[in-house]
Amino acid sequence: MNSDPILSVRKLEKRYGNFIGCTDISFDVWPGEVVAIVGESGSGKTTLLNCISTRMERSSGEIRYRMRDRRYPDLAELSEAELRFLMRTDWGFVHQNPADGLRMQVSAGANVGERLMAIGDRNYGEIRRRASDWLERVEIAATRIDDMPVSFSGGMRQRLQIARNLVTHPRLIFMDEPTGGLDVSVQARVLDLLRMLVSDLSLSVIIVTHDLAVARLLSQRMIVMKSGRIVEQGLTDRVMDDPSHPYTQLLVASILEN
Amino acid sequence: MVVDNSSAMAGAPLLSVEDVSKSFTIHLRGGVRLPVVANVTFDVSAGECLVLGGPSGIGKSSILRMIFGNYAVDAGRILVRDRSTGDVADLASGDPRLVLGLRRNHIGYVSQFLRAIPRVSALDVVAEPLLARGVERKVASNRAAAMLERLNLPSALFNLPPATFSGGEKQRVNIARGFMIDYSILLLDEPTASLDETNRDVVVTMIREKLTAGTAILGIFHDVPVREAVATKIINVAAFSTREAA
Repeated sequence: MNSDPILSVRKLEKRYGNFIGCTDISFDVWPGEVVAIVGESGSGKTTLLNCISTRMERSSGEIRYRMRDRRYPDLAELSEAELRFLMRTDWGFVHQNPADGLRMQVSAGANVGERLMAIGDRNYGEIRRRASDWLERVEIAATRIDDMPVSFSGGMRQRLQIARNLVTHPRLIFMDEPTGGLDVSVQARVLDLLRMLVSDLSLSVIIVTHDLAVARLLSQRMIVMKSGRIVEQGLTDRVMDDPSHPYTQLLVASILEN
Repeated sequence: MVVDNSSAMAGAPLLSVEDVSKSFTIHLRGGVRLPVVANVTFDVSAGECLVLGGPSGIGKSSILRMIFGNYAVDAGRILVRDRSTGDVADLASGDPRLVLGLRRNHIGYVSQFLRAIPRVSALDVVAEPLLARGVERKVASNRAAAMLERLNLPSALFNLPPATFSGGEKQRVNIARGFMIDYSILLLDEPTASLDETNRDVVVTMIREKLTAGTAILGIFHDVPVREAVATKIINVAAFSTREAA
């Protein structure tokens, strides 16, 4: 495992006037590692994800990212062009609702190909071939390449969103409740796919979820948030099997045994 | 964290547990503190099979879980020696990445119950530790299949997820997974509890092979014939227990 983190967050805070979205957040993410951020609605986990991914402006604190050229700048120091490169190529963002991450009025193939075009690919045949490859990798028949996502089921839309994100070989993926809106059976398939892709491609992932079973399945490390603060973090299996903070104990005790 | 890298002396223990203690604080019950074990101290060397003895509920499984990093420790050190370099790392210090690295390369754990992952086949569950080490998928699958065959798992089950398997079948998948890699330390929590005699004998042979190859084994075996066949030393965990005798 690489010994340098790909992302470091230090003393991050987001305030809305007097209200605290999240505060005193510090953690690192290493290459190839999946970190889960868990907590109930209102715990600040989505705010945190949005701040790190620069979709929302932070109030204070540091967020450093390892660029492909090994520089380790704070994201605030980057130019517009560099940030755009990160958002379009080096990062992915998988939304809970696929409609937020897809363009519903263009074809499945174009949804995947668009990210390639954004980084300068112009060979139509090649773009279409890679889009079709990626559809198959996420278990969508290549014959659906010209169909609009509006005609897809929820699970297919989510898998399409994943393909759209991964086609540019990103190094860091943000996920916000990626299986939250899906039926349980569909959820298992999407989770299985995510688990395989993350390990095959050695992706770093920060996944926000309220579902501890999802966190257990996908992540090596877990961060537990409550009222905008981190209350506990560590190895996922240890946090779940030997939770130390009262809130974590409550969360774990609330899972149904199977 | 590397504690020391003094010469890799032959015969130096691969695992040293020093004054380890553990308790649980149950916040949902008014912060009641449940002591489990205290002053746990022992060594396990290459080729040794140390058996944790004593009645149920005395903390045997908790000791294994601490050595795997699954439970935190309150105090003490758990030193893991690298067989080739002699470097010693303290797993009890708890850094998640250190624990993950030790699990990938040094410490195998066969838990009492298999935690099945939906949609993942028995073959993939067993091959996973090899894949994590970068072994090619086809090679890993072949070796996993050979291991499952050795444990007499019907080949019709290889490509099914173990969720629907019987207790004995699940346990064999779990054992196969734990024995796939030459870990220097192997933790076994009642690996033969739900096996028939034939498969129990296979597991005994597999344990002996590991010992011959220089693995340090720490195990819990309530099954007396198995314990007698593999143990090189037995310690009574009651000596470390801080619980009232039931």
